[in-house]
Amino acid sequence: MNKPPTIFKTGVTLALVAAICTMLVAGTYRMTAPRIAANERVLLEQSLQPALAGIFYDSGVTESRVVIPPPHDLPGRDPAVVYRVYAAGEPVAALFAITAPDGYAGPIRILVGVDLQGAVSGVRILSHRETPGLGDKIDASRSDWIYQFDGRSLGNPELAGWAIRDDGGEFDQLTGASITPRAVINAIADTLVYFAAHRDEIFAMPASTDEAS
Amino acid sequence: MNGSLGDKFLPGLWRDNPGLVQLLGLCPLLAVTTSLVNGIGLGLATLAVLTLSNGLVSASRRLILPEIRIPIYVLIIASLVTCIELAFKAFFPTLDRSLGIFIPLIVTNCAIVARAELYASRHPLADSLIDGLAMGTGFALLLMAIGVFRELVGQASLFSGLDMLIGGEAVRGIVLADAGLLLAILPPGAFFSLALAVALKNALDRRRRLLSNVRVARNPRRAR
Repeated sequence: MNKPPTIFKTGVTLALVAAICTMLVAGTYRMTAPRIAANERVLLEQSLQPALAGIFYDSGVTESRVVIPPPHDLPGRDPAVVYRVYAAGEPVAALFAITAPDGYAGPIRILVGVDLQGAVSGVRILSHRETPGLGDKIDASRSDWIYQFDGRSLGNPELAGWAIRDDGGEFDQLTGASITPRAVINAIADTLVYFAAHRDEIFAMPASTDEAS
Repeated sequence: MNGSLGDKFLPGLWRDNPGLVQLLGLCPLLAVTTSLVNGIGLGLATLAVLTLSNGLVSASRRLILPEIRIPIYVLIIASLVTCIELAFKAFFPTLDRSLGIFIPLIVTNCAIVARAELYASRHPLADSLIDGLAMGTGFALLLMAIGVFRELVGQASLFSGLDMLIGGEAVRGIVLADAGLLLAILPPGAFFSLALAVALKNALDRRRRLLSNVRVARNPRRAR
């Protein structure tokens, strides 16, 4: 049996292995970083697009980002992210990335597109943890439920009508889940109310440059 | 080590399958196998990490001091997993989002450190690579099998989300019915599925053992 190695020898070995491993990771990072950044930009633009159905725009959506810190009148207590959308320099729509705090299984992140007249241009769920098979039908990949808001606005229906049919509103519910659609519908209606009250303010704000969202 | 390639490869697939027999790496196995595509994704990532870590550990086995071998394995495995995660983010971004935390969590898959300690640290490079490939394939096949089962029963579909692997338009897969038995997709379904898979393997092994016993009991010279 050899005598145990000195602390110096073990230390040097560990340092050497750590250095090699760090080089390996750093090399991979350098090779993949541009691709990853490009993927993330594409992903963001792609995820914003469905909420802008039927709207012509020529601005890079991601560059017009504003972060509205809480407290604000939008749903949720997180900072709300707004993307302003322009065509030929004129505002045409705004995208709200908001949080409905009262989902069945935690907050639901929602993207609401609103055109200049206050009508919904599209709604998409960004993330949620609702029950698979029941509440997750709010996701466009699971059912068509989310499309029923397209073209709706505050007068169509009146604010009282922004609810599921069981609650006397105008919108379809989901079988086996009523808390989830309630949360989504309330969040959309609150967003429309906010947009109606703050429209010009939103488009006048300078773009936020920080990357935290 | 003697023996044919098959003798080295087959144990990982069946007799010593890391998931079915050694019951290692169950956390990712249970968590991500809600669909076949998820199973394929995590299976391939684990396969890559396991093969590379076996290779690195085996190649450096003479330099590694036995007293500090475990921290070195951890360093090697963690670095490899980080590299694989970056590669996934670069080349399969949607699959990476679907698998989420479970790609970085491959670090904690005991199957990998177990193979490094039990096999790669004592065997030459080629054998260790084969062992990593075999164990990884066994684990990946189990992930896929459970993924197929849970997706079929839970969603009545197959290959949903295939676009995450090969790109292109969003794919809903082969849809057989509108709704499945929800239980299979929820966490308890993962335990039921794994239990069924283990039971099936044990039943097959037992049957094979009984058959070979019967053959021995009859006079082998009389057997045709």
